[in-house]
Amino acid sequence: MDCKRIVLLAGHYGSGKTNIAVNLAMELKREGKSVVIADLDIVNPYYRTKDSQEELAAAGIPLISSAYANSNVDCPALPQEIYSIFANKENYAILDIGGDDRGAYALGRYTPFILEENNYEMLFVLNQFRPLTRTVEDTIEVMREIEAAAGIRFTAIVNNSNLGVETTADDVVGTAAFAEAVGNAAGIPIRFTTVWESIYEGVSAQMEQVVPLHLQDKRLWRS
Amino acid sequence: MADKVLMKGNEAIAEAAIMAGCNFYFGYPITPQTEVAAYMAKRMPKIGGTFLQAESEVAAINMCIGVASTGKRVMTSSSSPGISLKAEGISYMAGCDLPALIVNVQRGGPGLGGIQPSQSDYFQAVKGGGHGDYHLFVVAPASVQEMVSLTAHAFNVAEKYRVPAMLLADGTLGQMMEPVVLDDLKVEEHDKSWALTGTKMEREHNIINSLSMLPEELEQWNIDRYKRYDMMEEQEPMWEEYMMDDAEVCVVAFGISSRVSRNAIMAARANGLKVGMIRPITLWPFPKKALRAAADKVKAFVTVEMNMGQMFEDVELATRCLKPVLKCTRTGGCIPTPEHVLSVIDEANKLGGEQ
Repeated sequence: MDCKRIVLLAGHYGSGKTNIAVNLAMELKREGKSVVIADLDIVNPYYRTKDSQEELAAAGIPLISSAYANSNVDCPALPQEIYSIFANKENYAILDIGGDDRGAYALGRYTPFILEENNYEMLFVLNQFRPLTRTVEDTIEVMREIEAAAGIRFTAIVNNSNLGVETTADDVVGTAAFAEAVGNAAGIPIRFTTVWESIYEGVSAQMEQVVPLHLQDKRLWRS
Repeated sequence: MADKVLMKGNEAIAEAAIMAGCNFYFGYPITPQTEVAAYMAKRMPKIGGTFLQAESEVAAINMCIGVASTGKRVMTSSSSPGISLKAEGISYMAGCDLPALIVNVQRGGPGLGGIQPSQSDYFQAVKGGGHGDYHLFVVAPASVQEMVSLTAHAFNVAEKYRVPAMLLADGTLGQMMEPVVLDDLKVEEHDKSWALTGTKMEREHNIINSLSMLPEELEQWNIDRYKRYDMMEEQEPMWEEYMMDDAEVCVVAFGISSRVSRNAIMAARANGLKVGMIRPITLWPFPKKALRAAADKVKAFVTVEMNMGQMFEDVELATRCLKPVLKCTRTGGCIPTPEHVLSVIDEANKLGGEQ
């Protein structure tokens, strides 16, 4: 996959940023690129990049994450190692930003380094089935709040519209027009559409630029 | 526009409350229920409602007493340690006969505990928590969809009987995302002639109060309140029976534990064991009659809960100890695995005669 050196994933909380971040890092690694992944989510301690640390380690992808993540210290701290991303320009870096503007504030302190190097893309992860991003107007509001908090503009949209395990190929295809409308309103393109690998064939038969995601499903129940 | 939306349990509670006519929310952040407050903060200003992050849990519950006194629908939410802080206000609310909804997205305890899911506030929810003779109407959803319908139902029942209601969820249900249909809820209208709305010099003034220095008067208030509790015990228990027709072992589980149990029951059935489940949906009033009836049919019960065995005691009581009750418990933020549940089902199946 062709991408800039630094890929920033931000969006409404629960839009799928973490899952996409892990999958993108895996894809870049498979292509033989040197990549690191950083967890900047200091808002929500449930479902975070660190949950996938074993899989990432097995793939040889360094994870930069707060020493306090998933620990007894419920402390919103960022590790100093994040600065290595901006110092070491040989590596690709995927940055998983916390949800909404509250999560994006943490990115703000690194924004000067990102803008100075100017080899980044800032992707807005969109799920039309989430209750607060169902209209173009509401979605643009969330985007603008995140941009204001992070001090950086979005460069493209990732359409990750899904209804969880119930998602059908038609559900995803049906959101393409909405994603397009959000992109037009924001003046940015659709980077790609992400779908669970189980419906990848059904979606990619009807759309272009579709990326399959492998989901880490650790639930103890099926129904 | 899609009919279904993908919601976190915490968001579903908040949106359902708004759809059920709740325009007032007071709360204080605590993991794992913070999204309830975050969602309310976004939505309330857009519908002309009130969101207020109080200076503490104690302040939030007392703000709820104020709004509830006017007959408006009001809600607060927290997680285990925060509910303990609210306990005084909840008791005052019960003593004042005020309807309101208190949401507890439980985490491990006691004390500061952890932030992972738990069901260890069962006793606190159904046996008091605050002081005095009182009950809450307690509902325990097992899916994000049920968080929608039971939020509205809890408001309805609270108003019907003038009691505070509690929605008892856990960190898993609060954080997990499932597709939901939002209009799956009913809003009832109940008498509010008791509310403090201003007399306009046209009626006697109403009094909302839990203080009486006259023992006989205070006793009478309690007796009157217990008449309403008796009606609730008669009319309001809710439960779901799963594969109980021919069951010889009955699993009893609520909330997320029932989801795990369902998988264990399917596995047990595949092994030829006759297992079913009674899932209490209301924890108070407890579905005593359903359990008592099951005690005549099955040879043993298994309670599956994320605590050291709290509902277990109510199952023994409801079944009058007619059949053995086995515990399958995890606590501290751990979730039982289907394999663990299956092993206790196996044990229960060996009881009560040669097989």
